[in-house]
Amino acid sequence: MQVQSSQSISVRTSEDVVAVRQLVRKGSLLLGFTIVDQTKIVTASSELARNLLIYGGGGVAIVEIVQNGGRSGLRLTFEDQGPGIPDIELALRDGYSSGTGMGLGLGGAKRLSHDFEIDSAPGKGTRVSIVRWKAL
Amino acid sequence: MGEFLLVTIQVDMHDRLAMSLQDDLTAQIVRHTARGVLIDISALEMVDSFIGRMLSNIANMARLLDAETVVVGMRPSVAITLVELGMPMRGIRTALDVEKGMTALKIALQGDPSTDAGSVVPID
Repeated sequence: MQVQSSQSISVRTSEDVVAVRQLVRKGSLLLGFTIVDQTKIVTASSELARNLLIYGGGGVAIVEIVQNGGRSGLRLTFEDQGPGIPDIELALRDGYSSGTGMGLGLGGAKRLSHDFEIDSAPGKGTRVSIVRWKAL
Repeated sequence: MGEFLLVTIQVDMHDRLAMSLQDDLTAQIVRHTARGVLIDISALEMVDSFIGRMLSNIANMARLLDAETVVVGMRPSVAITLVELGMPMRGIRTALDVEKGMTALKIALQGDPSTDAGSVVPID
């Protein structure tokens, strides 16, 4: 996978979550995503940016335009140095929440993306990466 | 007495703003003795789980305060995304636009003598 451009935002407040949404929208417009694709990736970014804030105690969101074998897409990475997730499978389950949310964030973001990767361990923070590819 | 409140959400709201809208709106329902609330979300390009939950909360709180809520103007892309997200917004009454929402409210409150559906109070 080739990275064409990369921008990052520090997420510390709920206003920063809005800034992440706006940056992701900009990227998806640049790539010429359909309205539905734009809405899906922006919504996924909002869920994951909020997770950074609520569960990770803040972190960084990285928005990248990537290419792979002639396909282009938007890759979003969310990293925090928070407490980490002890049971990832459980955290991905709908309705499971250790905080105040709906418990839809992780599972929902996964459904709204094409590729989904998560790396987390107790005490080591969490890194979630998603990609949505442009429809050919 | 028995007015309808019209709330038009025009900005990409951060979470604290969404919470304050929820609080303000419940206060306004009581202040205006409103029987109906129309929430126009046609300007919203995205509804995530937080905003979805806020809309649900408003509908539930309004019901406890004897008012019906109709969410109007949801974009098709937002509807598709909400279902895929896992938030089908069950229990929320919707209409395609404000006019249809007004009709839905009038029907919901039909036969209730305290309702004067003629007046609409817009809320900023």
